[in-house]
Amino acid sequence: MEPDDPTFRSVTAPVVHLRGAVALLGRFPALAGVDLDVDRRRIVLLRGANGAGKTTLLRALAGLVPITSGEAIVLGVDLRVDRRAVRHRVGLLAHGTGLYDELTVADNVRFWTRAARADSADADAAMARLGLDGRLSDVAVGRLSTGQRRRTSLACLLARRPELWLLDEPHAGLDKEGRDIVDDLVRDAAAAGATIILSSHELDRSIELADEIVTLGGGVALDEFVSGGDDHAQ
Amino acid sequence: MNSCPAVTIMLSDAWLIARKDLKLEIRSRVALNQVIPFALLVLVLFAFALDPDRGLLEKATPGLYWIAVLFSGLLAMQRSFAVEAADGVTDALRLSGLTPSGIYLGKTLSVAVQLLVLEVLLGVGVAVLYGTSITGWLLLLATIVVATAAISTAGTLFGVVAAGLRVRETLLPLLLLPVLAPVLIGSTRAFEAALSGTPSEGWPWVGLMSVFAAVYVVAGIFGFGPLMEES
Repeated sequence: MEPDDPTFRSVTAPVVHLRGAVALLGRFPALAGVDLDVDRRRIVLLRGANGAGKTTLLRALAGLVPITSGEAIVLGVDLRVDRRAVRHRVGLLAHGTGLYDELTVADNVRFWTRAARADSADADAAMARLGLDGRLSDVAVGRLSTGQRRRTSLACLLARRPELWLLDEPHAGLDKEGRDIVDDLVRDAAAAGATIILSSHELDRSIELADEIVTLGGGVALDEFVSGGDDHAQ
Repeated sequence: MNSCPAVTIMLSDAWLIARKDLKLEIRSRVALNQVIPFALLVLVLFAFALDPDRGLLEKATPGLYWIAVLFSGLLAMQRSFAVEAADGVTDALRLSGLTPSGIYLGKTLSVAVQLLVLEVLLGVGVAVLYGTSITGWLLLLATIVVATAAISTAGTLFGVVAAGLRVRETLLPLLLLPVLAPVLIGSTRAFEAALSGTPSEGWPWVGLMSVFAAVYVVAGIFGFGPLMEES
């Protein structure tokens, strides 16, 4: 591959490229000019106080919140032109579970897997990876604990095989075993070629996981720290 | 022929959504425990109100039947969007990769199936409670199919309009019932024609409702996506 080859450019171009990105929630600028570049296979931790703009940034990168000014390109898609085009390529673990309470764990994971046009075998593999196979798979989500729901949401995300993982407080509500599973999933996803951006208040755990740390405050990126760790490429 | 894969994907998405919605209804039993008893209760109350005048009750049966269908159908339509509003499911749907037109058709199909079950039960209720003798089967069946399509296509489109608003429970009937007035008139007239043994007078109303349903299918296929973004 030559540098002017389009394939070369798509591989080497940043997965996320934001310059002066502004997003409004009503009239309030939740993002007030964010600059951010994230390369493929990187794990980026967003940190900042409550209201710093972490959740809005993740939702904007998923194409759910419109960018009103600045540059915003995610996975080669210009979000200011068509933010819907990127949605099926990202996986967002949000505060809401995105699950149907009356359906079982297996029903939920299989539904979201089919919706993403992924293989139903991926759904079974994802449930097994998250420890949701066996008896738990036939339990209605409404009867699960908070941690089990979180695991089910993660299984839905994993089965979809997104190129960009956006994880909002992925450790919240999980026990130690669950948190370890999340960390392993993130590392494996990065090794497989995905890019991960996560926000977490579990700083001890997340800093160890991350290649880069971006601090948000007042809707802007205040500083960026790049660790000297490897890039997960195997 | 680029449109063929797009249509296939849309229909595949519609089937996925319809199956999911119907499975949700079977599991939750909301239709069984709330919507159907409510519909039968409406019929019983009409019978109490008009029972002293048996002739009036018989004459008003088609209108009462379709009013009961509309009121009960509203509950099913509200429920169809309430399940998507819970716990981040709306965002998950937007991110899913499902086509908005497929989601629209799937929800329409699910509501239509529920309405059909409801209409059969209400038909039995009318025959038993009001002593209506059923004639003109072909026209009755055609009216039921077309009116159900018209109610579910318009109801699903207005359901997503109301879904994003905090006052959706009260707003949906206000938005939808005036829009469905032509369907109520058409289905009532067609039923009257069938039950009075003059089916030829009923078929033009079936045609009118078919046009109504077709217009809302097209509007839903193209309009559901932008409306879902706003919800």
